[in-house]
Amino acid sequence: MKENQGLVAFQLSKAFGENLVLQDVSLIFQRGKVHAVIGENGAGKSTLMKILGGYQLPSSGTLALDGKVLHFTGPKEAEALGIVLVHQEILLAPHLTVAENIFLGRELRIGPFVDDETMNAKASALLSNLGSSLDPRARVENLTIANRQIAQIARALSGRHDFIIFDEPTAALTPVESEAVFTVIQNLKDQNCGIIYISHKLDEVKRLADTVSVLRDGKLVAQQPANKLKAVDMAHLMVGRELGALYPPKVIRTNSEVALQVENLIVPPSLNNANFVLHKGEILGFAGLIGAGRTELFEGLLGLRPATGRVSLGDKFNSVFSSVAAAAKAGLAYVTEDRKGKGLLLNLELTPNLTLSTLQQFTNAGFIQHRLELAALDVAFSRYDIRAKSHDLDAGRLSGGNQQKLLLAKTLQADPSIIIIDEPTRGVDIGAKKQIYELIASLARSGKSIIVISSEMPELIGLCHRIVVMHRSQLVGTLEGSDINERKIVTLATGTEKQAA
Amino acid sequence: MNFAIKNQFSLKHAAPFIALIGLILLGSLVNPHFLSYSNLIQNVATRSSFIAIIAIGATFVMAGGGLDLSVGSMAAFTAGTMILFLKANEQDAGAGIIALSMLLALAVGLACGLFNGLVITLGRIEPFIATLGSMVILRSLFTYLANGGSLSISPALKEIYAPVYEGSFLGIPIPLLSILGVGAVAAVLLYKTPFGRHVIAVGSNEDVARYSGVSLSRVKVLTYMIQGLCVGVAVILYVPRLGSANSATGLYWELQAITAVVVGGTLLKGGQGRIWGTIAGAFFLEIIGNILTLSNVNVYLIGAVQGVIIIIAMLIQRGINRR
Repeated sequence: MKENQGLVAFQLSKAFGENLVLQDVSLIFQRGKVHAVIGENGAGKSTLMKILGGYQLPSSGTLALDGKVLHFTGPKEAEALGIVLVHQEILLAPHLTVAENIFLGRELRIGPFVDDETMNAKASALLSNLGSSLDPRARVENLTIANRQIAQIARALSGRHDFIIFDEPTAALTPVESEAVFTVIQNLKDQNCGIIYISHKLDEVKRLADTVSVLRDGKLVAQQPANKLKAVDMAHLMVGRELGALYPPKVIRTNSEVALQVENLIVPPSLNNANFVLHKGEILGFAGLIGAGRTELFEGLLGLRPATGRVSLGDKFNSVFSSVAAAAKAGLAYVTEDRKGKGLLLNLELTPNLTLSTLQQFTNAGFIQHRLELAALDVAFSRYDIRAKSHDLDAGRLSGGNQQKLLLAKTLQADPSIIIIDEPTRGVDIGAKKQIYELIASLARSGKSIIVISSEMPELIGLCHRIVVMHRSQLVGTLEGSDINERKIVTLATGTEKQAA
Repeated sequence: MNFAIKNQFSLKHAAPFIALIGLILLGSLVNPHFLSYSNLIQNVATRSSFIAIIAIGATFVMAGGGLDLSVGSMAAFTAGTMILFLKANEQDAGAGIIALSMLLALAVGLACGLFNGLVITLGRIEPFIATLGSMVILRSLFTYLANGGSLSISPALKEIYAPVYEGSFLGIPIPLLSILGVGAVAAVLLYKTPFGRHVIAVGSNEDVARYSGVSLSRVKVLTYMIQGLCVGVAVILYVPRLGSANSATGLYWELQAITAVVVGGTLLKGGQGRIWGTIAGAFFLEIIGNILTLSNVNVYLIGAVQGVIIIIAMLIQRGINRR
């Protein structure tokens, strides 16, 4: 193989205004190799990917493929050369079917008419190659996030693909579902495709990658063979400082006072008859595969979905809450897993986001006092370490970690006694992750009761006092103390405990 | 004032006002009479009051992500009801009856808005379709009330009522004062109260609003009721103008109101509302017509020229927003 074979980035720089987001980055991506690019949010990974995929032009520097210099004016040219980007965010038309999305913009035809039959057949083949049994005729809006991700990967791979850029492909997937993606990547690698793999999940990187490149503040700070790096080394390189333990020490609970008791909760069709207890000062985890009904359970409890059941906050039982506002009045708050779709108003500024659930706190005689809102934002900035270039930025311009902190700040503004956090660190960099874990632990220490729903098992294991595991709309077990480990969670979550026993 | 959108002065927010000033300068070049008190204040500002006030209501609806196509028919129906009430009480003609009829107009507008809001929220019907339905219903009801023709109040009553449209206070015509008054109340409501913030939140992203504990139905129904109330106010000013209502009453007002709102900088998709921009937008529309009339453009072509100017204005605004 010649020296200049592969996809070469030479001294790439990219500036937005005065903001230099990528600085002199040179990398070589080879066919048949998995090259991981890691870095904190804002390190310049996304920009690098967009340049490679033809979505953005570099301010300076060059791209070359097999020794030929490239000048992209758009992603179509990159795709024509076999360089495809699998986006992190789901970019599919929700009302179209999986097959229609896969072939969107390059429909197969018979004369002037679309050839649905062939497209469905080809989509089906593509999907089964991905290890998915997804129906190509299914509408995307009816799919789970995991299956949308699969459809998106299938779409990217439907054309020529020599170099495939995966931008955090497993961000929304459970470990079991992620396996399917890993298999695909291994297959593609064996077919001599070059894989460029972006991820926050360092264990994945460790497992998949041949080479690891680390970006920090727009610069390439390290490049090493993956087998020479441990996950902890990668984390240090990414943040540029010692991280210390990711999870704060667990506090032994002494208080056995019940904060929340749920009985016979039914959320059709996603949840059958759930019963559980949350204690004061406890961090209770909810584990399970995507689609097991974890999110639905709590959305039902809070009146966001039709549900029946009985809820007690210590004294007497009532029916489930009729609305989020009623739950808030009782001291319950829910932080959604869908930060961008259901958590924050991305096109509004930070203050209206922070105060939306608690506007009454900021009024005087019925009128909003902007001064009070700004003061609250200042407090939130320092308390939760929210970092933004200015206070009047739109929420959508914040990085994932800062958005998540803002969402937590918004929720905690109501000073709830019970906080339900759904996927607390999804799409959040490792530095912010650690801060969020510390926040959760300190809330519990201060006597608040917390429920953490997560697809990341290390997170649940590292944080929670007890873990409830769900499988197919049922609570199938509760793990406590030394019983909390990955193997036990997986056997319960996949419903294999009977075979295992 | 409108901090919920942006704190600092920006071209984006000033655009409707700059356009308005530009148009006024243009007008003064075209015809020296244009800038006169009798033309600009007594004629243009007064005539724009119906659309301006209805468009203020539409700003709430559209900022909340909704749409109300029924306002024109609603105005006709409300005017019809009001006139019938006045006719039925002609023997007691006086300020008292007129005041009662005004309350009736507000109540009818409010009721129509409530109807729209309930159909949209309880019935879960798209605002476009729901208000298209009520547009047809209300127009038909008006035609029925007027027996296919027109409805008028007696000359005696009209004489008592006329000052509401033709009168002025400190040299400012009452319709213009009404615009400013309704605008001021609306701006406080939209920018300074939790309700206003909730409207913006619902228009920006319904799911986020719902997950934040905002009652979507309550907020939406209230925006349509505010719209109805504004139609009621507009009708109170409209009836004394001619003392009658006919099949042309309120015709295309919904389109003019929506245009004023959009020219004023409110996004059609919601999540943003500009009360003063909307008022500037309503003036803008009226002034275009006025300039064209003053410069002797063929009356049949005025609509076409207005349309072209609106499209150009929107293209410029789009250009500003993209930056």
